[in-house]
Amino acid sequence: MSTAPLTRWSTLAESIGIPLAALLFAMLIFSGFVLAVGQSPVDVYALLYQGGFGSAFAWQNSLLRAAPLILTGLAVALPAQAGMVIIGGEGALALGALLAAVAGLVLAGLPPLAVQTGMLLTGALCGAVWIGLSGWLRHYRGVNETMSSLLLSYIGIALLNHFVEGPLKDPASLNKPSTRPIGDVNMIGNLPGLDVHYGLAIGAVIALLAWIVLRYSTIGFALRTVGGNPRAAQMAGLRVGGWIVGAAAAGGAAAGLAGAIEVAAVQGSANASVIAGYGYAGILVAFIARQNPLAVIPVSILIGGINAAGGLLQRRLDMPDATVLVLQGIAFVVIIASETLIGRSYPWRARTASPPANAQPEAGG
Amino acid sequence: MIDSAQGLGWWGVPLAVLAGAIRVSTPYLLVSLGECITEKAGRINLGLEGVLIMGAMAGYGAALVSGSPWFGVLAAGIVGALLGLLHGLLCSLRRVNDIALGISIMLFGTGLAFFLGKPLVQPQAPTLAAIPFGGWSDIDQIRSALQINPLFLIGVGLAVFLHFAFRHTRWGLQLRVVGDSEDAARALGYRVLQTRIFATVIGGFLAGVGGAFLSLYYPGSWNEGLSSGQGIIAVVLVIFARWEPLRCLWASLLFGGAGALGPALQSMGMNSGYYLFNAAPYVLTLIILIATCSPHRTLAGAPGELSLVRH
Repeated sequence: MSTAPLTRWSTLAESIGIPLAALLFAMLIFSGFVLAVGQSPVDVYALLYQGGFGSAFAWQNSLLRAAPLILTGLAVALPAQAGMVIIGGEGALALGALLAAVAGLVLAGLPPLAVQTGMLLTGALCGAVWIGLSGWLRHYRGVNETMSSLLLSYIGIALLNHFVEGPLKDPASLNKPSTRPIGDVNMIGNLPGLDVHYGLAIGAVIALLAWIVLRYSTIGFALRTVGGNPRAAQMAGLRVGGWIVGAAAAGGAAAGLAGAIEVAAVQGSANASVIAGYGYAGILVAFIARQNPLAVIPVSILIGGINAAGGLLQRRLDMPDATVLVLQGIAFVVIIASETLIGRSYPWRARTASPPANAQPEAGG
Repeated sequence: MIDSAQGLGWWGVPLAVLAGAIRVSTPYLLVSLGECITEKAGRINLGLEGVLIMGAMAGYGAALVSGSPWFGVLAAGIVGALLGLLHGLLCSLRRVNDIALGISIMLFGTGLAFFLGKPLVQPQAPTLAAIPFGGWSDIDQIRSALQINPLFLIGVGLAVFLHFAFRHTRWGLQLRVVGDSEDAARALGYRVLQTRIFATVIGGFLAGVGGAFLSLYYPGSWNEGLSSGQGIIAVVLVIFARWEPLRCLWASLLFGGAGALGPALQSMGMNSGYYLFNAAPYVLTLIILIATCSPHRTLAGAPGELSLVRH
């Protein structure tokens, strides 16, 4: 990204203010949509608030849904540091869930903590390999990572469905084909005093660590160099391929971990329920967060809250469960379009007096 | 339809795959021709996946309300064109990335289609009729294999037309110049943004029609799992076809064949690998991407302004 020299504050104001303004604008458009389908926007927003954040119960529900979103958000945000647009989180999550469930069965009998650790590591490793492949293909074969990751995602989902309904199916799971349960003793428990499992803390800690590493170590700088100008990075002695594959693998690991946590903390076995759109919602999370790992945490809670409130909209107003998807879709389009507002001359930037970027009608890459 | 292949024994499989290839390839063909036009103008619209689903929903709804499947096809095209317009306009803003915008439109279109399509899951809309080209044969399998939908024929005609138009017409030249070099287009006095927006609108229209094929012919109903990646596969297919409309046709048939493999084997009683066979098009797409791309050169025939192939 070629940005003119900016003061830290104006950048911060921009990177928080513009997404916020975009979200408000998206809510305005969504209000129009709600009116058009004959509902009251006031009712809808009140229920969204109530269902997402209106009570302790609603908060726990939102946090429960935010837990995988933090990780699937990182699955997009981490590769983005190296200039990649990876959208295969859903499939990496599915494969992570599948292999974590297998690991849970293989390790059964060991102390629960060992089983859980093994499951989480397996899930993360599996996601890392799957999405790392996208990075590898991009660097060594010139294959566009956006498309390869999405294709890998569909293949991952197909593999999960195949094994869950075929070779690994627990004969006892009739209505909902699943792998054999990992057993209650091996389930990941809840955070003290909350009805929210440890996955939330794991995701938040990883996001925080990622933010610190990217900001305060040379790793972040190396990744940005690789993403911004691979040739310059090569000249500077960076192993570009390694960084690209590594960044993709790190994102995949986050998504795979999300899948493992869904199995170890929520489902108790791998089944099609883990394919709940967390991977796709994670793309939205990362873009609203402007690919900042720290911002991924609050944005995940926001989106988690909106998702949690979907059921309430369905019950109270008889609106389809896809209502929240419409809101998220509108928000996504507006957020992407609002990129055009970044880097313009605003009053608060008067002192830096940066000339407007070249009057190009379009930004490349 | 495919069940009738049973009578020919295992010979039914290649026949069913062939018949299925034509049937399954139609949405690929329409979407890829649309995307081909868009990409020729130098933009990529990954949102066609969402457009396809919206088209399927809108086409089904319009056919249900009006009683005419062809009205449904038209409605699907218009809805697709509107989403294409949205992409085209927003993409013309400075710094807005076409790939990211496409992803957002993919999710927006999917969400909106699921929302509006909720009441459409139950009722049965009138479907498109196929043209029976196999009337001369006594064998049922051949007759059903030669039931060809008019939209496929329209797609074939369009591929031939575009092949000619890209080379020999004024707007074909304009489209290619705009896609290859913005500077050259400006120097020639072409209006770059308008051309690109127009190309994206046409692309959206065709993708919408492709969606209508899904809901109004094959599989011929509306549900939320109707499209899973056909829009994305069609985008890749354009790369494989090197931005040549006629090659889009062959590539679509190839993908259609891969997509028909699963249902054909299933009809022979092979249920075990159902999900794996259904993943065949994705695997094929990935293999093709890997085989055609190279880190050392841009793809032959690629429009110069395409962000997708610029490194």
